[in-house]
Amino acid sequence: MKSLHAQHHALADSAYQLTVLNPAETVGTSFPPFAGKLRAAGLLPLRPTAISVLQVNVGKMCNQVCKHCHVDAGPDRTEIMTRETMQQCLDALAQTDIEVVDLTGGAPEMNPDFRWFVEGISALGRQIIVRCNLTIIVANKKYNDLPEFFARHGVRVVSSLPHFAAGRTDAQRGEGVFERSIRALGMLNAVGYGVEGSGLNLDLVYNPSGAFLPGSQISLEREFKQRLGREHHVTFNNLLAITNLPVSRFLDYLVESGNYDGYMDKLVQAYNPVAAANVMCRSTVSVGWDGLLYDCDFNQMLDLPVTGNASRHIRDFDLASLEARSIVVNQHCYGCTAGAGSSCGGATA
Amino acid sequence: MSTYYNPSDLAKFGNISEWQPEMGRKFFDYYGEVFKEGALSEREKSLIALAVAHVVQCPYCIDAYTSDALQKGADEAQMMEAVHVGAAIKGGATLVHATMMMNKAKELTM
Repeated sequence: MKSLHAQHHALADSAYQLTVLNPAETVGTSFPPFAGKLRAAGLLPLRPTAISVLQVNVGKMCNQVCKHCHVDAGPDRTEIMTRETMQQCLDALAQTDIEVVDLTGGAPEMNPDFRWFVEGISALGRQIIVRCNLTIIVANKKYNDLPEFFARHGVRVVSSLPHFAAGRTDAQRGEGVFERSIRALGMLNAVGYGVEGSGLNLDLVYNPSGAFLPGSQISLEREFKQRLGREHHVTFNNLLAITNLPVSRFLDYLVESGNYDGYMDKLVQAYNPVAAANVMCRSTVSVGWDGLLYDCDFNQMLDLPVTGNASRHIRDFDLASLEARSIVVNQHCYGCTAGAGSSCGGATA
Repeated sequence: MSTYYNPSDLAKFGNISEWQPEMGRKFFDYYGEVFKEGALSEREKSLIALAVAHVVQCPYCIDAYTSDALQKGADEAQMMEAVHVGAAIKGGATLVHATMMMNKAKELTM
């Protein structure tokens, strides 16, 4: 499977994605504007609370081509962050008290300067999250020592495993991904990840493999722990239930399968003002592979950069201007406010 | 009306309260309470509902509880097994009545 970008697919164009999300009434079903929901809740313009997370997307290159990927990542994507931009991230961090650095991609480990960057962040004493797709650990010999490397820097590993059943996981992430993921989880467990008392945190991410919302995070976590423990002897700390947002490949799936209107309707019907108040963009700044700044990773993929007088690039990072910005919202934001809410840290309400 | 069952009617389920608000409210309160996590998990309850939906052959319920079971984390194998449980009980319920037939036939024959 190729990325939408490599297929020259219409939905590889972020402007076209925004047209699909905001159709003229004559073309498609029009859902109530998300901004109107925020206005009704007294949350417009949406302002940051305090920025505590710098999420850095170090590139779109990945060893997997997942059907729901909002990044449209894959082996054919060559956009990756340079060491120079990483240094600008380190400079920005050094001038602030931002506590958490959340590294994502693609498969962030495929960036040749990934380990250099982690070591730099670690030297600044910040908490590091790596969004590891698991299979990268077993993809090539040179990645086999990632669990030890993560452990050395106290990295919190957050990994997608959409289901405890192989079929459901493979349907979303590719043939054989479940088996390789279980092998990688075993390697993480072997160095102490997800093992009680080790202090090494391994969280799994559940996201639905289809056009439905995630169920209760607590119930799913219990089920995952039982099944993975019993059938695969795998342990982990927390399960984060994340809603799929109608962006990029998941948007393509919704449109192609005829599920777009039904899914958007589910998101709109499940709008929860409590989740709206807790959206992650209020405490996060997202950095693109080229150093541009965004309100979140989804806005990044839709080419919706930060607006107003806020700094636009990591080399000009100015925390005060970013904390004073208005966050850019659009129809995809319904994905973060449905039901129990959704963020990179799981449910929010 | 071109068919007896219209998928869009599922979303109107709540409207049944319009002509009998008090009973409707009591029913939906009860319904909500039943499906809360208790001694059974939400997923287990959803699978029971899915099996019963097939046994009573309610298209609305099959639609609703297929989505709900997926949302609660069930996979295709669990969902199909649940339907087989329903089918086994329905088939068994038919066949166990054969004992009545056998009793009666024995009563009437030499």
